[in-house]
Amino acid sequence: MGLNNLRTLYQALVLDHASHPRNKKEMKEATAMQTVHNPSCGDTVNIFVKVQNEKIVDVSFTGSGCTISQASASMLTQSVKDKSVSEALEMTKIFSDLAIGKEHTSDEIEKLGDAAVLTQVMQFPARIKCATISWWALEQALLKKG
Amino acid sequence: MDKEAITKIRNDFPILKQKINGNRLAYLDNAATMQMPVPILHKINSFYQTSYANVHRSVDTLGFNATKQYEEARGKVASFINAADANEIIFTSGCTDSLNLVAATYGEQNIHEQDEIVLTIMEHHSNLLPWQQLAKRKGAILKYIDLTESQTLDLDDVKKKITAKTKIVAIAHASNILGMMNPIEEVIKIAHQVEAVVVVDGAQAVSHFPIDVQKLDADFYAFSGHKMLAPTGIGVLYGKKNLLNQMPPYRFGGEMIGNVTKYNATWADLPQKFEAGTPNIIGAIGLGYAIDYLHEIGMNRIQTYENELSKYLMQKIEKLDFVAIYGPKENHTGVFSFNLKNIHPHDVATALDMQGIEVRAGHHCAQPLMRRLGVESTVRASLSFYNNKEDIDQLIAGISETEEFFNGTK
Repeated sequence: MGLNNLRTLYQALVLDHASHPRNKKEMKEATAMQTVHNPSCGDTVNIFVKVQNEKIVDVSFTGSGCTISQASASMLTQSVKDKSVSEALEMTKIFSDLAIGKEHTSDEIEKLGDAAVLTQVMQFPARIKCATISWWALEQALLKKG
Repeated sequence: MDKEAITKIRNDFPILKQKINGNRLAYLDNAATMQMPVPILHKINSFYQTSYANVHRSVDTLGFNATKQYEEARGKVASFINAADANEIIFTSGCTDSLNLVAATYGEQNIHEQDEIVLTIMEHHSNLLPWQQLAKRKGAILKYIDLTESQTLDLDDVKKKITAKTKIVAIAHASNILGMMNPIEEVIKIAHQVEAVVVVDGAQAVSHFPIDVQKLDADFYAFSGHKMLAPTGIGVLYGKKNLLNQMPPYRFGGEMIGNVTKYNATWADLPQKFEAGTPNIIGAIGLGYAIDYLHEIGMNRIQTYENELSKYLMQKIEKLDFVAIYGPKENHTGVFSFNLKNIHPHDVATALDMQGIEVRAGHHCAQPLMRRLGVESTVRASLSFYNNKEDIDQLIAGISETEEFFNGTK
């Protein structure tokens, strides 16, 4: 059977984030919040950010969905915490670009931190959106004037 | 049908012979769309090569023959669902379009403030949103018929929800999720006692068992071509002649007129009144070819065979204690919605896909039903007459492998 392929998508780190999501909580003192739905499957991700002096001092998420969407949101929160808004926006751009097939250098992909693992999802076209919606939510939250 | 007959049928569907992700393909997404057999493809090809022209316009030979074939297709549809008259068959772009047509014409004309529209909680969004939005526009009241504990339609609730104020009842003939047929004959009888009009969504019924709109006494019956071997972009609205005659047109344009002056117009007779613009000619003719193909096998034989497959699938899947199945266990149609404990349906669908098994995962365009079932989404495997027991064995093995992958080795 072809389930060995699945290991490239569901790596140990991804499964770990999905079953023990980091920073999964509402944030009352958030400076911005954004919800993104994946209408084809009903997944929902709400991203909360607290920005002070153009720096993300805290970030969290809530929502529900598949392994990929939950792991992606969890990894995202770890990767962008303490980053500047412009650094985080660059990361969202790298992830979104990869999702639509644009190439980035491995140096750029490394900027995503642990979340770089999820760029493997690009080999599974039907699941790209699952991994990407949390990055879209982050981008929209950061671009909100607050 | 014996093995030989199935093999012969499967030979008409070359897509079934290809490998998906290195494995034998088990195509189990027939509730989403059905594959098209080679004989129909050949006929469509041949029509384009020898007979294509616009319909109901030109007086030339090609135009005349194309019109003849288009209208013959209408006749085939009429006899396929046993309509009293071919003029009661309106070609649309699909089941969604058919249902919107009824809401935008009959609904717009007959629904007033405080009138009641009764739906079932299992309706597909296409038989829910047109009524929900109509009710909003008119200040009418929407009511939903609930399920019993065994997740079948609650007939007691039907009697409660349908009242003297009910003007329209909208109901699926077969559920696209719960794997069952609704007792629509009984629902129609109850609705007619209060003179409500019943709109039946037949999308999941048409290629699976014989339909008789006169016996059902359905007022409107809608379905799509692509779920019964025809191309996408063609659908049917059946309506009783007296209702269709009193309804205003849906869209305005060519071919739907009687006489047009600068400030006024009269409308064509049925069915042209509802077919503005150049129709989906090859879609309609292709639907006719699909009906020929289905008749060749025989709808009763299809129903018997699919029942046999469904029973086989139910026996196997019921034994998997980590699988939750939605809908009733008895009298199951070929639609199976299920979830694996602690695994999101999209993860299941990807794992099955890696094993060559094509299913759907999601909310299946029925979010209110999902909420009623207390889930966000499900996996859905759906059968047709070209499936075989090997497909089912592959699905069951695939589900077990998936369970092992996510829950067994973590």
